[in-house]
Amino acid sequence: MSFPWAKPYEPQHPLMKWMDEKLPIPRLVYNATGPGYPVPRNLNYFWNFGVLAGAALMIQIITGIILAMHYAANVGVAFNSVEHIMRDVNAGWFIRYAHMNGASMFFIVVYLHIFRGLYYGSYKAPREMVWLLGVVIFLLMMATAFMGYVLPWGQMSFWGAQVITGFFSAIPIVGEPVRQWLLGGFVPDNATLNRFFSLHYLLPFVILGVIILHIWALHIPGSNNPTGIEVKDEQDTVPFHPYYTAKDGFGLGIFLLVFVALTFFSPNMLGHADNYIPANSLSTPAHIVPEWYFLPFYAILKAFTFNFLWIDAKLWGVIAMFASIALLFFLPWLDSSPIKSSTYRPLYRWFFWVLVADVLLLGVCGMMPAEQPWVILSQLGSIYYFAHFLVILPIVSRIERPLPMPNSITEAVLAKHAPDAASVPAAA
Amino acid sequence: MASESELNAGIEDGVRRRDFINIAAVSFAGVGAVAVVLPLVNQMNPSADVLALSTTEVDISAIQPGQAIKTSWRKQPVFIRNLVAAEIEEAKAVPLSDLRDPQTIDERTKPGKENWLVTLGVCTHLGCVPLGAAEGENKGDFGGYFCPCHGSHYDTAARIRKGPAPTNLVVPPYEFTSDTVVMIG
Repeated sequence: MSFPWAKPYEPQHPLMKWMDEKLPIPRLVYNATGPGYPVPRNLNYFWNFGVLAGAALMIQIITGIILAMHYAANVGVAFNSVEHIMRDVNAGWFIRYAHMNGASMFFIVVYLHIFRGLYYGSYKAPREMVWLLGVVIFLLMMATAFMGYVLPWGQMSFWGAQVITGFFSAIPIVGEPVRQWLLGGFVPDNATLNRFFSLHYLLPFVILGVIILHIWALHIPGSNNPTGIEVKDEQDTVPFHPYYTAKDGFGLGIFLLVFVALTFFSPNMLGHADNYIPANSLSTPAHIVPEWYFLPFYAILKAFTFNFLWIDAKLWGVIAMFASIALLFFLPWLDSSPIKSSTYRPLYRWFFWVLVADVLLLGVCGMMPAEQPWVILSQLGSIYYFAHFLVILPIVSRIERPLPMPNSITEAVLAKHAPDAASVPAAA
Repeated sequence: MASESELNAGIEDGVRRRDFINIAAVSFAGVGAVAVVLPLVNQMNPSADVLALSTTEVDISAIQPGQAIKTSWRKQPVFIRNLVAAEIEEAKAVPLSDLRDPQTIDERTKPGKENWLVTLGVCTHLGCVPLGAAEGENKGDFGGYFCPCHGSHYDTAARIRKGPAPTNLVVPPYEFTSDTVVMIG
């Protein structure tokens, strides 16, 4: 679907006319990312991150397919095959560092993409399905990144696999059999490495499929925008091409600069030195932490150090960690305010920034050893995280008095750019 | 061509032969699908070579009282610890009501061999190898083992005392084949 004023696709060249009758892919592109797709005129740079996430996925798929040509998924040789890539394969070091840091870049842009969605209320009706599919993509990304991290079969790979599959052993009764089923043994071993490699290769294509659904669902109502006001008529929009292809292209340039700077100048900054030690099933590294993008969730896992009610600490930690992500599926219904953009939500905006600070605090706690004061801080941080979604958000969305809103996107844009902004009434 | 009434002849409540065929066919296909899924799921379980329950024989004659060694069984670390009398007394002095996973030290050792504590070196929380077996490692607040991953403390009988782990370190099946040799598995 698109707006009635969308420019129709009218192929001129006989070849394009012929193509349009047989397989109308040019029509699809024209209507999805071309002049035939009207987009709100006021999108800011936070709307770049969806495209950047797609670019990051493509970088991961391309570098990953190349790495798979040189990597061997067998515990006897996996570690050495990665060193072979680093030392012997032509430009192998570059491709592996690009893949390693590409994963971090993917998570950075996806977190900013989620941040945008939370701040501007993009998860609300009519875009709930876009949000739900986004959470599915996020879960798939986490599974893929985890399994990829296991492949070099270093110390962090091995113990990461041990700890993360250990989550499942917390499930009462069936937990341990489920864990053995996942591992194909009693500890991570060759069976584990092989299946993780197989799934690590598969899941990015599943992610690609869900991204197509994500974009499909997005193109039904069209993009949200910084005012959160829906498009009313033609003057509220501009065609995607050339306006946002240019803006996204500029953002992509910045993204690539950061990416290559990280890859060339500090490729191991976000990794752990322990993963350059071959896996040893008899010795745990003194301080095991997951990759940075899992740290807030890891802090929630570690926050439970005591049994509570009839459930033991281990199961609580695992439940809380999964719940912290599962909660996001309910977000469109936990926040009942019809106002999307935080620009017009004076109270929510305040709590939003507290949540951001809370997640950053949890990230720091996740990195620290299981000692005070980090244990108590991660407990308080976890309580606040859940309170934000389950208590604060439903209450705030009921009692909040939104600020006066413009009538349309165009009115908001013109008010902002008027010679004397104050002379234009914010609300008519 | 058969009329509607002829098709329905002899069948009551409007249920036709075709409905039965539909249900039977779909049900049979469903059974077939489940039958195919079973091996597809089961292939991920530990394979025969992994399951082949290996046994490990360990010579413990060199372990002095107060010392411990780390060995491996089914690719998992095993701690064998020669407890000193004070450690056994310490473990016995703890009332069972204080324990998260109540077990006496006698239940965790073999009769007549109370000084030999054999446990898996796998933290029952998320599976790290606890510290405390080697000389000079942190033994935790209760003089047994300490898991650095998430801060679980085990006492001198390797029972969970503090931290997120739910149960005591697991005692694997083992027996003394002689005074100085333990067979695990």
